[in-house]
Amino acid sequence: MGTIATPPPPPKKLNRIGLDVLPYKGGKTTLCAGCGHNSISERMIEVFFELGIQPWSVAKMSGIGCSSKTPAYFLNQAHGFNSVHGRAPAVSTGALLANRTLRTVVVTGDGDTASIGIGQFMHMLRRNLPLVYIIENNGVYGLTKGQFSATADVGSKQKSGVINEMQPIDCCLLGIELGATMVARSFSGDKKQLTSILKACISHKGLAVVDVISPCVTFNDHEGSTKSYSYVKDHETVLHEIDYVPYYEEISVDIAEGESHEVRLHDGSLLRLKKIEKDHDPTDKTMARNVIHEAAAKGEVVTGMLYVESGRDTLIDMLNVVDEPLATLPQSRVQPGPEALAMIMDELR
Amino acid sequence: MSTIEASPVASRPGEQVYRVVNDFSIQVATVNGSGSQTANNVLMRSIFQMGVPVSGKNLFPSNIAGLPTWFTIRANKNGWVGRKKEIDFLVAMNPETAREDVLKLDAGAAVVYDEPLKLKDLRSDLHFYPVPFDKLVVPVCPEAKLRKLVRNMIYDGVVAHVLNIDLDEMKKALYKQFGPKKAKAADLNWNAVMAGKKFAEESLPKTDPFAVERMNKTAGKIMIDGNAAAALGCVFAGCTVVTWYPITPSSSLVESMIGYLRRLRIDKATGKATYAVLQAEDELAAIGMVIGAAWAGARSMTSTSGPGVSLMAEFIGLGYYAEVPAVVFDVQRTGPSTGLPTRTMQGDILTNALLSHGDTRHPILFPSDPAECFHMALDAFDFAERFQTPVFVNSDLDLGMNTWMADPFTYPKREFDRGKVLDAEALDKVQEFARYRDVDGDGIPYRTLPGTPHAKAAYFTRGSGHNDKAQYTEREDDYVNNVDRLSRKFETMKKAVPQPAFELNPNAKIGLICCGTSRFAVEESRDQIIREYGIPTSYMRLKAYPFTSEVLDFIQGHDRVYIVEQNRDAQLMALMRLDLPVELLPKLRSIRYYGGMPLDARTVTADFVNQEGL
Repeated sequence: MGTIATPPPPPKKLNRIGLDVLPYKGGKTTLCAGCGHNSISERMIEVFFELGIQPWSVAKMSGIGCSSKTPAYFLNQAHGFNSVHGRAPAVSTGALLANRTLRTVVVTGDGDTASIGIGQFMHMLRRNLPLVYIIENNGVYGLTKGQFSATADVGSKQKSGVINEMQPIDCCLLGIELGATMVARSFSGDKKQLTSILKACISHKGLAVVDVISPCVTFNDHEGSTKSYSYVKDHETVLHEIDYVPYYEEISVDIAEGESHEVRLHDGSLLRLKKIEKDHDPTDKTMARNVIHEAAAKGEVVTGMLYVESGRDTLIDMLNVVDEPLATLPQSRVQPGPEALAMIMDELR
Repeated sequence: MSTIEASPVASRPGEQVYRVVNDFSIQVATVNGSGSQTANNVLMRSIFQMGVPVSGKNLFPSNIAGLPTWFTIRANKNGWVGRKKEIDFLVAMNPETAREDVLKLDAGAAVVYDEPLKLKDLRSDLHFYPVPFDKLVVPVCPEAKLRKLVRNMIYDGVVAHVLNIDLDEMKKALYKQFGPKKAKAADLNWNAVMAGKKFAEESLPKTDPFAVERMNKTAGKIMIDGNAAAALGCVFAGCTVVTWYPITPSSSLVESMIGYLRRLRIDKATGKATYAVLQAEDELAAIGMVIGAAWAGARSMTSTSGPGVSLMAEFIGLGYYAEVPAVVFDVQRTGPSTGLPTRTMQGDILTNALLSHGDTRHPILFPSDPAECFHMALDAFDFAERFQTPVFVNSDLDLGMNTWMADPFTYPKREFDRGKVLDAEALDKVQEFARYRDVDGDGIPYRTLPGTPHAKAAYFTRGSGHNDKAQYTEREDDYVNNVDRLSRKFETMKKAVPQPAFELNPNAKIGLICCGTSRFAVEESRDQIIREYGIPTSYMRLKAYPFTSEVLDFIQGHDRVYIVEQNRDAQLMALMRLDLPVELLPKLRSIRYYGGMPLDARTVTADFVNQEGL
């Protein structure tokens, strides 16, 4: 006919694998109206829908707490596991050992990660477990009504008036230090940034930690709290504008050299980080640590893609397991034959 | 009532000598870290190769070097290979303990000792064999720093001569121990054996009554420890995920497993592993990984001991309520903390049956010997997946870390029981998938695995608060329905657990019940009771919890039933008190031992005799 046939664009409500948004949705949230966690759940729905990831290929893991309830509020057609307080890393490690093909997303809170489960968190970091680990960080225990968590900043005020005097644990610093290969911080109120970061994390091969400041409207959104909406809005230092270009889309828009950093992600997608004030190279570990320390010293919250390391082996690579899920290997591949037993018996005679 | 033939009494020096053949215990007292293990194994295997039933028990401190350690070999022509309390033949190499070791011996025992220890004046009713080890080792081992290790082999030569052990068998055992790669070391050690043998021949006239004579009771048998046997069982059970944290006495289970997995479970085509082993940061993480892996469909396991089980409590409860399979080998020890981590105990029976909070019941398998460690590993994985629940396998230090004679394991011919799992094809055929619905009336629901490519596959896993569709609920009827179904599932298990082994004596009014390694003492004790007191007894050895109907029938059929176990608080009996009909309870009596050593027959017999007023 002389013209190149191009397929018609899919109807808007279907994603690139032909699904509408329904299987990406979840149950009705039972969290407080205005809770930052609900915004994060909405981003999860959007991100997985937009990337066209099969819901059933995803495993949603969590510990215990307000944040850990949220996997019930997105991706209904994915298996979920609301496990034990602080122990989502262990359960997720097991699930991935059993089935390396699971796209695993862990949703935890600051109580889960920075207190009861900090040991598991740190050991998961060492192992570069291939999953996305989201910390819905509000500095406070919600389900047990407002006690400080270990991420509460020095000087932050509890609703009852008590001031925190102890040093906060910064989960991003731990992540960078102990072996996570992608580390980001975001704010539940920043829809665009969080969406791009989550997409980048999903495209990454290895452990991606995202610390999302997610205000608790009931127990930690008052004057004097450093995790309130207004405090974070006033004190956020945004590192860069983040543009995520998925591997299946053509890259357009040229940016003049020197104004952005580009990171090619494992699945071929591109992360373009456009400079705002200061240049940030996310492949520079020292720089990543410094921006966090510098912001903290000024009482600021730095958000953006802090650190990316490509190409490091994940736990699954280190263990050199077969490509298929171990869980469903047939008996013939996991039970040695009679001759093997006979040989060992002979050695023991 | 005792009879000389069956229960030989050794003579004192100077008296007429009875010969005591193939019925004695040898104890070697050394310092840990001195490399005596090789010498002890060679000595034990030499006797084994002569066809005499043996067992080897290592009594060791929680320490790497410098503290006393004792290795005890029991040789018994009747096949009684449980611990024997009395030591007949002592090899005293440790200056620290030599005096006390000698003073504890019964009259008539023999002592091979390091000459400078000057032990022979301590007592006049023993047979002493002084050996100048340091003098003998110099010519056979020119390299001074190796002498500490090589001198132990000298006592093998001395003992071989005194007990009439075939030197060809000892040579075979020694070269097998070192293997072809260490032939030079084997030669060096063999020369030490010969030096000991030559010295004994020339300088030590035999005065004691003990001797080994060739018989044919070990042909075809293997020697193995329970942990290695369990490890093999897990490998042949198709276990794919192993997560663990080191703890005595269970570490060697996973370490053996790693060795076997590397040999047997590498995919030939790709060179990749059909398993994953991960050393976790603690036992809590280890069981969390097991639960996660089993949730995703893998045959997963961990191995631990009492203190580890404590840390696993919350996860085991979650496994019970979320209905996730898990296999936990508990190699029981005395605990917690420091104290007696290297001593044995049946100390986790009650804990494991009821572990966690809320209403929880967990099945337990009780292996008693290496063959059962192997086969019960296979049973445990089938059972965990079939019933979608954590399963304990309660081994103990005596079984797990000591060396036992066993028949070679038979190859498991059955298909794995992977339980009720719906894949995508099956989901196409069902109207609705409800994760916790009792479709078949046996209390066991159907499950799906994450990653199943089907829109109906997904469900949300959580603890106790869920309805039959796995939806969150706090309604009392949903909760009650669910825990009642879990009770039905537990009832179904009673028909599926391994049945107890038992021996009903029609003339017996008294029964004895035990589980695990207590069998060795109990079976020998029954022999003592009938021979020495003429009392017939029936016997039941439990292989599993929950208790099956055979247990009720057995208790019903006897006037009195002694529950024999290795803990202070009569844990097995306490579990019976919880589960059995109340009218049976007055029949139960308890025989307990809890000193940390393996239970011995004489202790059981003595307590039995005392309680029976004999």
